[in-house]
Amino acid sequence: MEIFGVPSALLGSQLLVGLINGSFYAILSLGLAIIFGLLNIINFTHGAQYMMGAFVAWIALNKLGINYWVALLLAPLAVGALGVLIERTMLRKLYKLDHLYGLLLTFGLALIFEGIFRDQYGISGQSYPVPELLQGGVNLGFMFLPIYRGWVVVAALTVCFATWFIIEKTKLGAYLRAGTENPQMVQALGINVPLLITFTYGFGVALAAFAGVLAAPIYQVSPLMGSNLIIVVFAVVVIGGMGSIMGSILTGIGLGLIEGLTRVFYPEASAVVVFVIMVIVLLVRPAGLFGKA
Amino acid sequence: MHTKKLTTLACAAALATLSGAASAQISGNTVKVGVLTDMSGTYSDLAGAGAVLATQMAIDDFMAEAKPAFKVEMVSADHQNKADIASNKAREWFEREGVDTATELVTTSTALAVMKIAKEMNRVALMSGPASTPITNEQCNDVTVHYTYDTYALANGTAKAVTQQGGDTWFFLTADYAFGQALEKDSSAVVTANGGKVLGSVRHPFPASDFSSFLLQAQASGAKIIGLANAGADTTNAIKQAAEFGVTPKQSLAGLLMFISDVHSLGLKNTQGMYLTTGFYWDLNDETRAWSKRFFDKHKRMPTMVQAGQYSSVLHYLRAVNAAGSDEASKVMAQMKKTPINDFFAKNGQIRDDGRMVHDMYLAQVKKPDESKYPWDYYHIRQTIPAAEAFQPLSQSKCPLVKK
Repeated sequence: MEIFGVPSALLGSQLLVGLINGSFYAILSLGLAIIFGLLNIINFTHGAQYMMGAFVAWIALNKLGINYWVALLLAPLAVGALGVLIERTMLRKLYKLDHLYGLLLTFGLALIFEGIFRDQYGISGQSYPVPELLQGGVNLGFMFLPIYRGWVVVAALTVCFATWFIIEKTKLGAYLRAGTENPQMVQALGINVPLLITFTYGFGVALAAFAGVLAAPIYQVSPLMGSNLIIVVFAVVVIGGMGSIMGSILTGIGLGLIEGLTRVFYPEASAVVVFVIMVIVLLVRPAGLFGKA
Repeated sequence: MHTKKLTTLACAAALATLSGAASAQISGNTVKVGVLTDMSGTYSDLAGAGAVLATQMAIDDFMAEAKPAFKVEMVSADHQNKADIASNKAREWFEREGVDTATELVTTSTALAVMKIAKEMNRVALMSGPASTPITNEQCNDVTVHYTYDTYALANGTAKAVTQQGGDTWFFLTADYAFGQALEKDSSAVVTANGGKVLGSVRHPFPASDFSSFLLQAQASGAKIIGLANAGADTTNAIKQAAEFGVTPKQSLAGLLMFISDVHSLGLKNTQGMYLTTGFYWDLNDETRAWSKRFFDKHKRMPTMVQAGQYSSVLHYLRAVNAAGSDEASKVMAQMKKTPINDFFAKNGQIRDDGRMVHDMYLAQVKKPDESKYPWDYYHIRQTIPAAEAFQPLSQSKCPLVKK
C-alpha cells in the first residue's frame, strides 16, 4: 500500500522516528517553558546543560564505573546543583531587569561550558554504549525498533506528564504558579518564594540533563550536541506559547512528527520546516498555539 | 666635518641599498603563513589546533634546516566553516597584514571563497582540508595547490574497492552542500563504471544529528552498500545509529570520507571492517611513525591526513620560497610545481598544472578490536593506490589551465 507515493511501512516507521525525536523536543522545551514561565528567564544555557548531562553520564561510566541507570539519576542531580548555584549567584540579580540581560548571561555561560568541554574532549565527542538491558530491537513488521528508542519515548513522556501533573494539579505547583503571579502576597502567606524559584530553576536544568543522559547512547557525546538542538527547541517553545507547560509537551511531539514526515517527502527541508511553522504560527497566533495573549 | 658627514651618509645609503638588494624579493624580509581553519566546529578535530601545530612544526623544521636570511611568521584564525568569515579574514591578512599564503582551509565553501581572493591579490592558497574536485576543475586557478586528497580520490579508492568486492548496489546518504554533492557524484560515477548500480540517495541537512529517518530510507532501498557522502560528526552519528537500527550488518556502510579522528572517537567496535581511503596513516613506516610521534607528544592525538598534509605543504612552500628567493606568488608556484615532493607524507609528489598535488593514496580497512595491539593501531593498509591512478587524470580535467 502506498500513501502519496510512499510505501505505508516507510511512512509508519518515519512517524515512529518522529515520535522519538518529538519526545526529546518535548522534554527539553518543557524545561525551558517552566523556567520561562516561572522565572521569566530565557535560559540559553539549556543546550549546554543537556550536553553536560550526557557528559556526566559518560564520565561516570568511564572514569568511575557508574552505570547508566545510576547516571540517569546522578547526572540531573549534579547538573541541577550547578543550575542552583548559577541561579543563586548570578540569575537572581537579573530578575528585575529586561529579559535581554538574562538571555545574554545564559548565552555567555553556554559558550563557556561548551568551550571547557571542547578543550577537554575535542569536538568529535565520545561514544556511550547502549545499556545491556536495552540492547537489541524488535521487529514491528514495518520497521526495526531499537529497544532503547522505545525506552526513550516511555521515559521522556513519563517525566513530562509527571512534571505537568506536579505543576498543574498539586499544592506545590499551586504555590509555584502563585509565586510568579504575585510574589509579595505568597511571601506574606509564609512561603519562601526565593527558595521556590531556585528549586524551579534547578528542576528545569535537571530536566535538560536528564534528556542528555537519554541522548548519550544515541548520539555521539560531544560538546556541541546541545547547541545543534537548542535552536529547534526554542522554536518549539515559541510555537507552543512561551511558558505553557502542556503546550510545550504537545508541540514538541507534534513537531517531531512533522519533521519526520518532511524527511520522507522533502528531506532537504527537514532542517527548516520547524521554523517555517514558527513563522506561520507567529503570524496567525502571536502568543503561540497554547499561549494566552 | 662636511666630508665626514657626507661619507657617513654615503655609507648609510650604500648599506641600505645592499640590505635592500638582499631582501628585495621577500616582502618585509618576512614570510607570513596564515592558517585559516575550523578551530571550534565540526571539523576542528581533523584540522583545527592540530593543523596549527603542524604548521608551526613545519616552520621550525624549515628554519633549522635552511637557516634562511628571512623570518617566517605564522598567524591563525577560525573561519567557523563560513565562507564569508573566511574571505573577510583572508582579505584582511593579504591587504593589511602582509600574509603571503593562506593555508589549510577545510570546508569546500571556504576554500572556494579564499582561492578567488588569493588570485585577485596574487598570493598563494595551500589547501589541505577541503575535499571537493571543483577546486582543481571548474574553479581552478594558478595560485592554488590542492594538497592532501579530494573527493575523486576518495571515491576512486573506497567506492571502487567496495564495488569490486561485490558491493554492487548503493544508496547514498549525502550532506546537502557542495562537498557532499561532489562526493556523491564522483562516487556514483565510480560505482557505475565498475559495474555497480546506484539505487538512490537522500540529502540530509548539514549538520544533522539524528539520522534515523534517513537510515530507514536507506534500509528500505535494499541496497547492499550505504555510502556516507558526509564527514565529521555527521558520519560518526550515522555510523552509530546504523548499528542501532539494525541497518548494519545486513547492509554495509562505506564511509567515503573518514579520518582517523572519527575512528578514534567511535571506537573499533563500531567501525571494524569499514573501508576508507586516506592520504596518510601514521603507522605506515619508520618515517611516518617518527614524525607522528613528535606530533603526538605535543597534541596527545595522532595526526589526521589533513594535519600531516598541512605540515608537508607548508614545508614545501617555504623551501620553494627559499629556492626562488622570492615570495611573489607566480615565482613560488613555479618553483613548487618544478620540485618533486619527498618527505614522510609523499614520495615523488607532483603539483600539476591544475593545482592538484598527486601522490600515493592508501585503501585502509579498520581493524577488529582484538587485532589492535597498541593505542591508535587502527588500520590494515589493504592497497597502495599509485599517484597516477589515485587522482582524476588531467585528460578529464575541466580546468582551463590544463593544456590539452
